[in-house]
Order: sequence, then structure tokens, then C-alpha cells
Amino acid sequence: MRFEDLKKYKNASINKALRELFEHSENDEPIAAVTQTVDQMMMAKADADTKKKFFQMERDQEKNLNIGWIDKMSTTDATLREKMTLFWSNHFACRDNKAIYMQQLNNIQRSNALGNFRTMLIQVSQTPSMLLFLNNQQNHKGHPNENFARELMELFTIGRGNYTEQDVKESARAFTGWGFDKDGIFQVRKNLHDDGVKTFMGKTGNFQGEDIIDIILANKQTARFISTKLYKYLVNEVPDPLHVNTMADVLFNGNYEIKPLLEFVFTADWFYDDKNIGNLIKSPIDFIVGLNRQFYITYQKPDVLLLFQRTLGQELFYPPNVAGWPGGRSWIDSSSLMYRLKIASTVLDQGLIDFTGKADPEDEAFLATVRKQQQVVDTRVQANPDWDKVFTDIPKDMSKMEIADFLLEPQLNATIQNTVNEDNDLKIMVVELVSTPEYQLY
Amino acid sequence: MKRRDFLRSTALASGAFMVPAFLKPLEAMAMSGLTGYKNLVIIQLSGGNDGLNTIVPYCNDIYYKKRNTIAIKETDVIGLDDMQGLNPNMAALKEIYDQGWMSIINAVGYPNPDRSHFRSMDIWQTASDSNQFLTNGWIGRYLDATCQTNKNPYTAIEVDDTLSLAMKGDKMKAIAVQDPNKLFQATREPFFKNLVHSQNSEHLNEDNLGYLYKTMIETYSSANYIQSTSKTYNVTAPYPNTQFANQLKTVSKFINSGLQTRVYYVSLSGFDTHVGQQDQQGRQLKTYADGVAAFVKDLKQTNKLDDTLVMTFSEFGRRVEQNASNGTDHGTANNIMIYGGKLQKAGIYNPAPDLVTLDNGDLKYQVDFRDVYATVLDKWLNVNNNLVLNKNFAGLDFI
Repeated sequence: MRFEDLKKYKNASINKALRELFEHSENDEPIAAVTQTVDQMMMAKADADTKKKFFQMERDQEKNLNIGWIDKMSTTDATLREKMTLFWSNHFACRDNKAIYMQQLNNIQRSNALGNFRTMLIQVSQTPSMLLFLNNQQNHKGHPNENFARELMELFTIGRGNYTEQDVKESARAFTGWGFDKDGIFQVRKNLHDDGVKTFMGKTGNFQGEDIIDIILANKQTARFISTKLYKYLVNEVPDPLHVNTMADVLFNGNYEIKPLLEFVFTADWFYDDKNIGNLIKSPIDFIVGLNRQFYITYQKPDVLLLFQRTLGQELFYPPNVAGWPGGRSWIDSSSLMYRLKIASTVLDQGLIDFTGKADPEDEAFLATVRKQQQVVDTRVQANPDWDKVFTDIPKDMSKMEIADFLLEPQLNATIQNTVNEDNDLKIMVVELVSTPEYQLY
Repeated sequence: MKRRDFLRSTALASGAFMVPAFLKPLEAMAMSGLTGYKNLVIIQLSGGNDGLNTIVPYCNDIYYKKRNTIAIKETDVIGLDDMQGLNPNMAALKEIYDQGWMSIINAVGYPNPDRSHFRSMDIWQTASDSNQFLTNGWIGRYLDATCQTNKNPYTAIEVDDTLSLAMKGDKMKAIAVQDPNKLFQATREPFFKNLVHSQNSEHLNEDNLGYLYKTMIETYSSANYIQSTSKTYNVTAPYPNTQFANQLKTVSKFINSGLQTRVYYVSLSGFDTHVGQQDQQGRQLKTYADGVAAFVKDLKQTNKLDDTLVMTFSEFGRRVEQNASNGTDHGTANNIMIYGGKLQKAGIYNPAPDLVTLDNGDLKYQVDFRDVYATVLDKWLNVNNNLVLNKNFAGLDFI
């Protein structure tokens, strides 16, 4: 939240603030950072130099897409939609080196972020990136590839322990033939599709892919699975079974509509319990985007945004595997915490960067073609916070302690209170406050 | 010298005043908790190193048939036995091999191999099955399993800026240290110090804020310990001037100064050689071999080689047949290279990979990589491998 938001909502009721939050998030304008496809068919025949150029072009596109999204999250008014897009992009975690496909998937997650889970699930499952990532292009009648069917149940809908190996096999048959043509358009390739009778989760019929999805959604465990994950994302990393169950009721009875579920959560008493305030660990993206938003930061070299993501352990579009980032305490180790405390002041105070994140394993092909490895960046960050705007936004009657209270969600300990009392320069105080462990929580 | 100045200089030199009292028992316990322990150094070759052009099956016709432009010429290979030999860029390792300090395990992999870098690396780092997703790494789980004796993050050190998944457990995580002095300075910035001193580690809550402060205090304490211990030793042995060799030199400094660390982790990148492989891979293998040879000789000189085990792996090997761009594409099973002064079975551990019976053009694995891990856990780190690998592996007998 920004100081300007504080001004606006200081005396507003929760209901009014929520109404505006949802209204602003009606805007679902897609990302259009990537416009061209890199033709991989040509790549197979290309000589070494052309290949190098292709690699470079792919990387540039991935970079533009990444920064395009960071930029959107940092500046949009549709904050809830972006927050939920981030959630779904981790729920339906996917990787593909075709940036244009990843952009398409991301835009589907955005347009459905507050919509209907079933619609989103089907659309996501039919994107080239997901079909490729989970090998459904190779799922053929007579030679089923079970990867998609398995992850559909294990990670996207119902969770482990709620289906059998036989269910995996039978549902894989229903998805045979799901694929896409050379233009990336989804199609059920009739000659590859298994039209036979399948028995899935106790039901028997000539099931198509959509039928399987409907059977899974008709099991309330799916609503519980999604609700648990969402609770951990929005409320507390330790799920309260009672609260999760009421969420599952809302989701299930509302035919998997997401917006009513969010309204329910945000108006629940327990959402505002002390133990649910300032106890979630910000993800690296939450942290970076939060700083950008609160201090209206512009970057002369947006590449540092990628460096920050890598160093802190969350690079957009590069989840660790199909299960996504585990989140919570796994974000924090000695080095990532140190960098968080340091990055804040680096960005706000024109500091030096003298660290380098690890390259993603998928970057190795590119790295192999460049002679010099891992050059250590030792350079000015060249970020410009808009301090004037920050200071004008702070309500006139706000005391230093109230400012600190606003910036840090957890209770202020004695050392922080002393810092606040002793700092005469407001800017120094703010930089110090965002360089604390407390600032990593929300 | 005035008394006050004397006090100040000794206090600063010993660091005793800098460490808050509550941190001390932690460090004292660590000192006594480990006796006669051994070091494990893991070297990760990122990108999928082509094992067939590393340990070359120079007596196999199929190798030359399938790699007509990128095979290593028989006359260039440095023979190890009558089947396999070293890539000429690894000449420095011949001496190490001849001394009995090197062991090569062929055709290491896992069932249902994944040919994507990030997934296969994930599998190697977490020691999972290929259809299983773990959120913690195998060394991290080793730390968790032994956290009664290994209480400090510096029990495992990654010489890098950031920490790999392999090094993260649920309860315990290793620490990433590229440069001990830099880490120390960073933790001694006044505001950071103030925050550390504001908390009493015994009264920290179990909540996330408590966890963050605990991590911060441990970092503060570890940075001091690593810096003050490692600076007592200077590496005098010669090392090549590469970033990789420098990292190994740092490990040597840590080991020789008596740091209470059991596992070190170092990575070398750039092995994804789809195009023009010979130059690229040759360059990387030279960096690797020269660095490792210098490291092993250094440790021999300082009498630490018997207490050190070095293990090199890559997330997969490469296809047997070369591609159309004088490179190789992603494959499956690969060799693991082991170094140490006390190897049970030095030399080539098991038969050279079978180039006839392939899995879609790729090598079939003969040894599960978790049997290699199990060996290291059981016989070197002295922990039951099933506590870390979640099921029991029989292990091998190279140590």
C-alpha cells in the first residue's frame, strides 16, 4: 500500500475500500511485450552464427516479457488482479522458451484471475505452452503420455492421495489428441484421440478431456485444495482447517467463481486477526514490486530487476518445477535475507550492486556460447525513486512513529522505535525502515 | 600504549566484544560437537556436461561412428585403461589419477530420465524420483537429519552469492559465502548490527518474524566465525587464475584454517554445448581439470586430502550421436568423478557405458545417482542414507 492510498482510505470502511479494490481490478488489459515468434523450425537448420542470434533474440524476448510484467505490477491500479495473476501463474507453473506462448498463458491467467476456475483450467490446459510443458503433444491413442493427466490432479486440482494410478491412466486416454497446430491454435486431433470407454473415479463413459475435468471439480476436495493454497497465499502459511472449509463451501457452491471467494475472505473477521497480520513472508516479487510501488521507482537499466529476481530466488516465468515456488520460509536463507535488506537501500539510495545471481539452468546453452562466465556486476543501480511524490503523499498530521507503523506491518520493537526517535532525516529513517526484517512481512 | 587503546585493540582483534553474549554458547557447542570430521566438496557442472567427450571410450568404434566430427582422436586421448581415457584438456588430472586419488563411476543416472536442464538439475539436487517434486535439497535434508550436532548454517557452505536448492533443508539451510570478508563487512554495517543486537535469540518467537531474526543472527554470527577463522590461513599453493579455481582456493582456505564445515558446494557453468562443442567444452574442461588438480595437490601438501572427498556431477550427459551443428543434444546417464586421498576403489569403478543398447539414442543408466549419494552419506558423512533419501539405497564401495 502507498501513502496516497492511506490518505484515500484512512476514513473509509472496509467495504468501500474493497469495492474500489475490485472495481480497479476489472481492468484486465493483457501484456503485449512480445509481438514476434522466433521460428524454431528454422533454428534446426541454421548455422552457428544464426543460432547465436536466435538464442539472443529468445533471451531478449524473455527479458522484455519479464520486465513488462514487473512494470505492469508496479504501476497498475488493478492490483488485486495482478496479485491473483501471480498466484495462478505459480499454481499453473509452466516454462517454455517461446516467450510469445508464455505471454499468452500469462494473459489467460490474468483475464481469468478473478473469474471462473473451470474456465481458466480448460483454457490453460489448451495453451501451447502447457501442452508442450506437460508433454500432451505426445499423448496419443495407444501410446498415452500421462504427464498432463497426473499433474492436472496432483497439482492443479485435487492433490495427492485423492486419485489412483488407474485414474491417471484412464484420464490420460481422455486427453489423447489434445494438441495445437503450427499457428499455436488448440485442436483435438481426431486420429490421435482415444474414443473408447474409460473408467475414471468410479464413473464409466466415453469421456473427453472436459468430462474428466468436470468429474474432478464435482469432488469437493478440489475446492478444498484450491482454498488451502489460496489461504496460504493470502492469509497465513499455517492453514486453519475451519476457515479453509468455509472457503471451500463458498468456492464449491459458487461453481468455482473466484471473485465471491475473495470477497468472502476479505470480509471475514479472521482475515483481520492479529495473527494473520504481518506474518506472511513477502515473495521476492512482492518485495521488489512493493518497493517500486511505494517509492515510484523508475530504472534506467531495467536489467537489474532480473538480477534482483535471480538473487532473491524468484525469476518470473522460471519456476523451479511444475509445482511452482514453495513460498513461505523457503524464500529466506542467510544470503537472500541479506540481499533483501541491502537491495532496499541500494535502490532508494543509489547504491552499488556487487553480487550476481545464479544463471537459470535453461540459460546454459547461451552461456556456453559466450566466453566470459558470470561477470560480477559492480555498478550503480541507477534507479530513481520519486521522493518528492512520496513526501507529498504522507499526510501532514502523521507522526514519525505512525509512518513507521504504516511501513512495517509487525509491531515495532524497541530498536526500531529508537531509530525512529533518533533519525532526524525522514528519508534516512524510511530507508532504514525498509531495510529491516519487519519489512519482509505483510 | 594507553590502557584504553590496548583494551580496544584486543577487543577488536579477538572479536569477543563484538559477539553478543547469547551467541557464544552456540559457537562453543559447535566446536566440540564435531570430532575428526571429514569434508565433502561437491562440484556441479551446469548445463549437462558431455561425459563421452570427457572420459572418452576411445576403443569403441561406435563412438567414432556416431561422432564423426566431434570425437576426440584416439591419438589425443590420454589413456586410463584399455577402454577409456581423458579428454586432452584434462591432462592435469592424469597425475591425480595415477596417484590413485581419482575414481570414475560410469553411466550414473535414474529411471525415467528427464532431458530438461532445470527439471533434471532439480532431481539431482533434491535426490527425488523423476515424477516427484521435493522442496528441499539432499544436503539440506542431511543438515536437518543431523541438526542435533550440526547447529550452524556454516556446516555447509556454498562458495557463491546465492544458495542452491541442494543446500536448503526445512529446518536448516546452508550459507552462501563468495568472499568471507565481504560477508563480514556487510553484516557489520551499523544499522544491521543494531538490529541483531536488539534481539535475544533465546526469546525469539516461533513466528515468521522470529524466523527472520534468527536467520539474521545466525548470519551475523556465522560471518564472524567464518571470517575470523579463515583469515588465520593463507593458501600458498599455486592455483590457475580462473573464477572456478579461485572458488576452490577459497574452499582450501576454509578447510585448512579448520573451519567446522562438512560440506562445500561449487559450480562451474557453460556445458550446454549444442553448437561447436569441441572448443567450448574443451575450454570448460581445462578450467575444471586445472582447478581440481591444483586443489587436490594443495590438499595433499597440507595433509588434508585423506579427510576430503570431492564429487563432480552434471544434471545429465549428452546424446551418443552428435547433432548437425557439431554439438550434442541433451541426454541421460553420465559419469561422476570422485577424488580423495582414501579411496577404496580408485580408477575406473565400473564398465564403460554401453553404446549399443540405448534408450532413444541415450545411454541407459547402470548406477542410480542416489546410490552414490548414499555411499557418501553412510560412509563419509556418517548418517543413515534413508534419513536423507527417504528410502534406503544399498550404496557402492568406492570409499
